[in-house]
Amino acid sequence: MSQYILRRLMIAIPSLLGISLVLFFVLALAPGDPFSELATNPNVPPEVQAALRAKFGLDDPIYLRYLHWLAAMAQGDWGFSFVSRVDVDTLILQRLPTTLYVVGSSQLLALLIAIPVGVYAATRPYSLFDQLANTFAFIGFSLPTFFTGILFILIFSVKLDWLPFVYSSVPGSGIPWLLEMIRQAIMPVMVLGLFQAASMTRFVRSAMLDVIRLDYVTTARAKGLGQAKVIVKHVMRNAMIPVVTLIALQMPAVFGGAIVTEQIFRIPGIGSLLISSILANDTPVVMAVTFVFACLVVLFNLIADVLYGWLDPRISFR
Amino acid sequence: MALLDIKGLKTHFSTDAGILQAVDGVDISINRGETLCVVGESGCGKTVTAMSILKLIAMPPGRIVEGEIMFEGRDLVPLTSRELDDIRAKEIGFIFQEPMTSLNPVLTIGEQIAESLRRHEPVTKKQALERTIEMLKLVQIPNAAGRVHHYPHQFSGGMRQRVMIAMALACRPKLVIADEPTTALDVTIQAQILDLLQDMKERFGMAVMLITHAMGVVAETAQRVVVMYAGKVVEEAPVDELFGNPRHPYTQGLIRSIPRIDLDAEHKTRLEAIGGSVPILINPPVGCRFAPRCKHAMSICTQKEPRLREIAPGHRMACHLGDAS
Amino acid sequence: MISAVLLLLLIAAVVIGPFIWRVSISDIDVVAGLQGPSLAHPFGTDDLGQDLLARMIYGGRISLAVGLAAMLVSVFVGTLIGALAGMSRGALGYALMWLTDLFLSLPQLPLLLMLIYLFRDGLKAVFGPEGGIFILIVLVIGGLRWMPVARLVRAQFLSLREKEFVEAARALGASPVRQVVRHILPNALGPVIIAGTIDVAAAIIAESTLSFLGLGFPPDTPTWGRILYDAKDFLDIGPHWALFPGGAIFIAVVAINFIGDGLRDALDARKVI
Repeated sequence: MSQYILRRLMIAIPSLLGISLVLFFVLALAPGDPFSELATNPNVPPEVQAALRAKFGLDDPIYLRYLHWLAAMAQGDWGFSFVSRVDVDTLILQRLPTTLYVVGSSQLLALLIAIPVGVYAATRPYSLFDQLANTFAFIGFSLPTFFTGILFILIFSVKLDWLPFVYSSVPGSGIPWLLEMIRQAIMPVMVLGLFQAASMTRFVRSAMLDVIRLDYVTTARAKGLGQAKVIVKHVMRNAMIPVVTLIALQMPAVFGGAIVTEQIFRIPGIGSLLISSILANDTPVVMAVTFVFACLVVLFNLIADVLYGWLDPRISFR
Repeated sequence: MALLDIKGLKTHFSTDAGILQAVDGVDISINRGETLCVVGESGCGKTVTAMSILKLIAMPPGRIVEGEIMFEGRDLVPLTSRELDDIRAKEIGFIFQEPMTSLNPVLTIGEQIAESLRRHEPVTKKQALERTIEMLKLVQIPNAAGRVHHYPHQFSGGMRQRVMIAMALACRPKLVIADEPTTALDVTIQAQILDLLQDMKERFGMAVMLITHAMGVVAETAQRVVVMYAGKVVEEAPVDELFGNPRHPYTQGLIRSIPRIDLDAEHKTRLEAIGGSVPILINPPVGCRFAPRCKHAMSICTQKEPRLREIAPGHRMACHLGDAS
Repeated sequence: MISAVLLLLLIAAVVIGPFIWRVSISDIDVVAGLQGPSLAHPFGTDDLGQDLLARMIYGGRISLAVGLAAMLVSVFVGTLIGALAGMSRGALGYALMWLTDLFLSLPQLPLLLMLIYLFRDGLKAVFGPEGGIFILIVLVIGGLRWMPVARLVRAQFLSLREKEFVEAARALGASPVRQVVRHILPNALGPVIIAGTIDVAAAIIAESTLSFLGLGFPPDTPTWGRILYDAKDFLDIGPHWALFPGGAIFIAVVAINFIGDGLRDALDARKVI
């Protein structure tokens, strides 16, 4: 098992390198210069500019620049924000927990909805419940997160006035503060969670239907185990294997949804940091946040691979 | 009283094209401790008949339309799946055709055998494990105590079928239904598995319903034989009687299609095949279903369905030819 | 069926709408700002008193056009890469599939945002603010969504390549290009059409998302996402402003997804019961 995890790690590294390569060359190919702001700033004398360019190696051949950049990134030297004059890594570390908290709880919510609904629908294919679940799932993933977000604000904040629609991150303590923190997270987590639950329900249902007609399920039924046990122990256990992969493939979309959700509810996570940095032309932050998102996707893929190996003994023993 | 007595069983499937009459009025009975072979081409309904006994067919689209399945004097047809759970594995064990796909790939074979024991008998986890190892030893799996924790993919096809047999016999059922248990295996392994089944039968004294399409297997194992064609029983007889005096043209065709190596060269006849193929059972032909392929077909054969009737003690068949003689 | 009719209605509305509803998209009438639906303004007005129906018809053209164009880009790139990977038996095939997997694990939206951030000024200078953004958005969305098509095409190629009729063509001495164009591509078309249909919906969502984040089309180009972006700060006083464009996006996407699903059912023989 540990050997398997190690092998997966070795596969993750080239894809991280590949992503960094893509990012770097996109940046290098882009018209304009990350230092154009300095160049147009008359207060910076040309010789300082030239020194800066030399220091950052902007006149070197492109592969050397990539290696320099990669080395700097690997050492944790991510540059500093043009706008807030803070090191990029501190800025991101400040914001990252909020994003992970929102994304994590919404994934949890999605799983809590998708697994029971998908499993139940698959055991009664074409029943009323199944058709309802299917329809809702279909509508759910056709509704873009920004529109559900707005609908939720309209219904729960404007009309019913139950929940706050602006996320505040004032530090505090005590039970009322904690409740407030939970209350304000309800809507963003719901928006993201329901969106995820919709596609997950479809994955779970179709994976269950694929497994339910296999021979070993008949074997299990022939043992007189009872419907519930057959479904949970024999069908679900096997159906989860492809579902894990499909959920991992969804991760890029999840983080996309997180950016939108953070923007709508003004959650101070790395998604809204990305948007504000783009609007402020803050290149180092844009680069770093994009790279962090890429790392998160690779990380979740890695987790999915490990789960996959744990769920499927055929993989880890090979 | 027979252990299992199936009377007039009809199992139909609803498909897009219409009602598929997979099993259409089948009578089969098995006595205690007896080996009964059910033979016929693929698609003749023998597997569906067997699966209907424990309601293991998918319902819907499948449905038992008519008939009764008496097991120890109790009709299984009206029972719910939940009620049948007490009979499954405990009273009637099942061995499936495909050892490669009939075991759950993510559970160890030990777990899969033990869960049957734990369901039906008041045993602790430890006792279940011990009984499982004991069963694996009985089906001659080397190093049973170690292999019990292995996964199905770590076993060969023949070994997996041994595991399936151990699983089906774990609760000492009174009847074991083996659905083509050797078809998916290598020829050399086939004989070993049949010997093992025979051996187990002698040890536990259970009845065996062996479903097969290979007449060679029938000759080797059966005491009584039921021949099925297109969802119906066409002939039934003790094994010697069937091979010595086959009466239905379809049975005769089946027996002629067995390669003989015991005859010397000049006595060898050409291996005969039965022309045509099994009719599609959505709109089966009126009259005898074998008539379109039958060399002896008469005009009555396409008009009236022949009934299964006794022509000698223990020998029944359904053909109009017998009427004429 | 219903979804096909809905989609056709929507397309018809944005195509011929301007000839029937001849209200300018940019007539400012601050006095009549933020009105709910009325006879003069069936969809109401925004904060500047601009007619929402006219703006939505105009924006719908752009949103649907972006969806279609981006789909064409992704299908073209996907088919090309999938076909190359499917025909080559050596290292090239593996390299292309590795690239496909790499792109699949890229975080789409951040990358989309970054690309637009980096390139928008350059293209704006060449093609003008609207044209530049259109080309950029289409290329970027299409360029980040070709992977499913590539995988599908490759899988189809791998199985079709060994089929008898292709072998027959090969035996008759057809060149590889001819084999692909005449014999394999037409047979791989079904799944590609389905993937393409769903791509249209995805591209519409992507464009709306960009516009909604304020990073798509400029403010004077009212795409559906852009209208929603402008409306989101007035939810308490003018909810109609957000509901109409949001509803339009939803209807378009649901209709397209349903059509894709229907096509899949129609083309997929592996149906249950």
